[in-house]
Amino acid sequence: MNTATPSFGKSLFELLSSMRFAISLLSILAVASIIGTVLKQSEPYANYIMQLGPFWFLVFEKLGLYDVYHAAWFLVILTFLVVSTSVCITRNAPNFVREMKSFREHVSEQSLNAFKHRHEAVTAHAPEALAASAQAYLEGQGYKVKNLPREDGVLLAAKAGSWNRLGYFLAHSSIVMICIGGLMDGNLIFKAQQVLGYKKIETRDIPQSQVPAISRLSPSNPSFRGSVQIPEGSSADVAFLNVADGYLVQELPFTVALKQFRIEHYTTGQPKSFESDVELFDHAGNKIREATIAVNHPLVHDNVAIYQASFADGGTRLTLRGWNLFAPTASSFPLAGTVYQDTTLTSEAGEHTLEFIDFRPFNIENMGGDIVETGSAMSVLGGSPVSDNRHLRNVGPSFQYKLRDARGQAREFSNYMLPLELDGRWYMMSGVRDTPNEAFRYLRMPLDAAGDIDSFMRLRGALLNAELRPEIAARFARQALPQEARSTEIEDKLKFSASQMLALFAEGGFQSLGRFIEDNIPEAEREKAVGTYLRILELATFEALQLTNQQAGLPVPPADDATGWLVRDTLNSISDMFVYGAPVYLQLMSYDEVKASGLQLTRSPGQNVVYLGSLLLTLGVFFMLYVRERRVWLRIKPGHALLAMSSAKQTIDFEKEFTQHAQALDTLTQPASTPAKNPEA
Amino acid sequence: MELALNQPAPLLKRLSWFDWLFAAIVAAGALFALSQYADYMDIYEKAILLAVIPSLAVAGWFWKPFRPLFLVVGAISLFAISQYSGNLARMEEAFFLRFLISSQAAIMWMCALFGFATLTYWAGLLARSDFTLKTGSALTWSAVAMGWIGLMVRWYESYLIGADVGHIPVSNLYEVFVLFSLITAMMYLYYEARCQTRQLGAFVLLVISAAVGFILWYTFDRGAHEIQPLVPALKSWWMKIHVPANFVGYGGFSIAAMLGVAYLLAGRGILASRLPKLEVIDDMMYKSIAIGFGFFTIATILGAMWAAEAWGGYWSWDPKETWALIVWLNYAAWLHIRLVKGLRGPLLAWWAVVGLFVTSFAFIGVNMFLSGLHSYGTL
Repeated sequence: MNTATPSFGKSLFELLSSMRFAISLLSILAVASIIGTVLKQSEPYANYIMQLGPFWFLVFEKLGLYDVYHAAWFLVILTFLVVSTSVCITRNAPNFVREMKSFREHVSEQSLNAFKHRHEAVTAHAPEALAASAQAYLEGQGYKVKNLPREDGVLLAAKAGSWNRLGYFLAHSSIVMICIGGLMDGNLIFKAQQVLGYKKIETRDIPQSQVPAISRLSPSNPSFRGSVQIPEGSSADVAFLNVADGYLVQELPFTVALKQFRIEHYTTGQPKSFESDVELFDHAGNKIREATIAVNHPLVHDNVAIYQASFADGGTRLTLRGWNLFAPTASSFPLAGTVYQDTTLTSEAGEHTLEFIDFRPFNIENMGGDIVETGSAMSVLGGSPVSDNRHLRNVGPSFQYKLRDARGQAREFSNYMLPLELDGRWYMMSGVRDTPNEAFRYLRMPLDAAGDIDSFMRLRGALLNAELRPEIAARFARQALPQEARSTEIEDKLKFSASQMLALFAEGGFQSLGRFIEDNIPEAEREKAVGTYLRILELATFEALQLTNQQAGLPVPPADDATGWLVRDTLNSISDMFVYGAPVYLQLMSYDEVKASGLQLTRSPGQNVVYLGSLLLTLGVFFMLYVRERRVWLRIKPGHALLAMSSAKQTIDFEKEFTQHAQALDTLTQPASTPAKNPEA
Repeated sequence: MELALNQPAPLLKRLSWFDWLFAAIVAAGALFALSQYADYMDIYEKAILLAVIPSLAVAGWFWKPFRPLFLVVGAISLFAISQYSGNLARMEEAFFLRFLISSQAAIMWMCALFGFATLTYWAGLLARSDFTLKTGSALTWSAVAMGWIGLMVRWYESYLIGADVGHIPVSNLYEVFVLFSLITAMMYLYYEARCQTRQLGAFVLLVISAAVGFILWYTFDRGAHEIQPLVPALKSWWMKIHVPANFVGYGGFSIAAMLGVAYLLAGRGILASRLPKLEVIDDMMYKSIAIGFGFFTIATILGAMWAAEAWGGYWSWDPKETWALIVWLNYAAWLHIRLVKGLRGPLLAWWAVVGLFVTSFAFIGVNMFLSGLHSYGTL
């Protein structure tokens, strides 16, 4: 087995440089790439656990599927591809260079005779004369020709399209180049440091300044791609790199300060541009430069490119009015908050943590409304390409918060600052949901004639106030009965019923009322009872409205449609309050917006290598596909000429060209020696 | 056929007065646009506009029928623009705009003409009628003209909606499907003339008809034909070169797939007597994949360079990028097998057909099923 080692090396070389191996690698690479497009990459690990369950989560993690394109095995495949391509180049290079230069002048007559594409002609011309005219012809066709005298005549050896071979070099070495450029911009250095224990991913949620040195990368790090969010008026001298389930802190060679972040909108409300006015300072605090960064217009400084990547709220200050929804009064309390900060709310329902999540100055909502199509030619043609945006409306600012109770249970709320028009009436809207995957359910609070929710709040307070109940019931009974029935037993009965309805409603809205009916009324009479009770409740509420208006020093509400809707909407809204999930409604009164700009910072030394590789790749591909390498030999002896032609790729075009050359030879060998022009075919 | 002994004259000497006139018109048009709208263009857009002059001129010199197409599309588009007199509402009033050459009308005519062309090609193929096949070509040419007019007018209409809304109509799935149909049809027409065979139109027009079907569904069911302003990420001059280059690639691959179908059928004796020789189909298939691959390479590189400017990295393994790579690898392997191994025959035809599925997934499937940075054309 002495020969085992060299033959192993040789067969390894053979394998690496074989096309079958290269194609297999390409296929594996393609399949591996697909995985990364199907499974969302670089998500928080918690999402994967939810999606996959704990067992598969671990399996997938071991396989590196959460960041396929940086997984070790993926890099190994890429490396093999680079090696295979390099070996292929080294293996073919010497041969190809020889081929490019060579005219294959040593070809024997015997082998020419064996060519599939050959053509013979008899000639009366002297070999040298025929050689000269044939050489002129071939050169005219773009061939390089070598005239080689032989004992008994001449051999013309011609070649064209040698650049095809150059194309091969360009295309294949450019692949290697692109891969190397890509590796230069990858995180190999960090990976090595991580394996050796010099660096570690930070997974704790701690302030940036407390992140230990082992999770920080120095400003001289040759390549990185991180991001940072800067509120207006603040600055940052680090960026964060998301790695696996944690992050690293990349220290920057300068400080970026955000002066202003702007969003412009089209008239339809869609965003038109995102721009950040930034200033760069060196670490001594000297201003280096000032610039505006926009999407598609990054700023490059010190080989670090700064991109406009995202935006967010930067800690808007909110002035709020809090309403205790279950208090028997209509008084509110003032409250201030800042987005991303928490505050504590103490109420009878216990202590709640109020976490402000976000603030949005614009909300473009589709307010529906069918657009009536007119029967025109345009509708046959699919309608006008001018979009109809009449149903899109900016409904103004909103803010989002979570209310967390003492047990840690939280609900998310989204409240609009301005009222919304629904079914022709105006409401204040507050959305609530239990988990982020749900859509918001809305509590609608009706506005009064003055455009406020104060009437609603007063009425709500009155209806929940047990002390006012007898008076409301009494007023109701007196109003409901004709003059002669007053102060009778009927009035007492009505008073009692109204009190009972109001008490039931104050306990749990329409639901308690429904339960009461189910428990106490025989099925046959329920429908009628529901109608009666609702009527009682509405009329009693109308009396309550009169009472609260009177107490507030307001005029008596007119008995019109608007008042009717206010009463009905108030009842609906109170009933919804019981499933609203919070004891308090927060009304946004004013705000002082602070925006934050999300910037991405990258340093990629390999970029130019990749671009150069790309340029070479393009040239190589076109040379390979569009430059056809052909060789022609013309062996001329006294009285006889033999034309032979070869090409690596025998295409229809090649056949055509051979026919053309054969015809040319026939013409050249004609005795008249005048190169007669063939009639055009 | 060329004269056997005539040296091929240099291109410039072979040009006729019409070639020069054509080039002059192209140059005059581009320079006029430059003088009028230079203030609205950045340096790159100006460079693209100037580069368009030689590109179109050379395209017309090499492929003669391109000249009349260009002139007809240009003239009718200008006529349509004049009909608007700067008022978008004229779309519903002016007769020509309403029924023929407003963008939507023209594109619907394109759809209809492609449909007729498909039927005509099939009739010609089955009846072995040369005249019918020629009619098929003529219908395809008319569809192409109508489609380009539609896109040109749409471009203008977008500026009538709002000066800040206006943009080149290659920005969403609807617009690029029109572009795809046009480029595929033009590439086919070029090869049809070069290979002197019209029978294959029956197959190639099928894939265009499928695209047309999608356009119609997308218009009537989803109202996707509405012109929407550009999202900030798309506001870049890169779009003007990246998208068209991509569609030359997709077009080439689609043609190759349909030729692959024809090859496989003919190889089994189906329609064999009506179709060209297998070698001709094979050669055309190779040429479509070659040109498609070349342009797809360029498009992917341009896309990477754009990504480097917009997203902060030339390669982010975004699903669209990754699938572009898969498509590229697929055809790279196809070309290797054919060129290096010299393989021919049904395997490559099957491969080209399967390639269309891979390409379609990269084109539409990614937008439908996967999410990522590249989500401009969601269904």
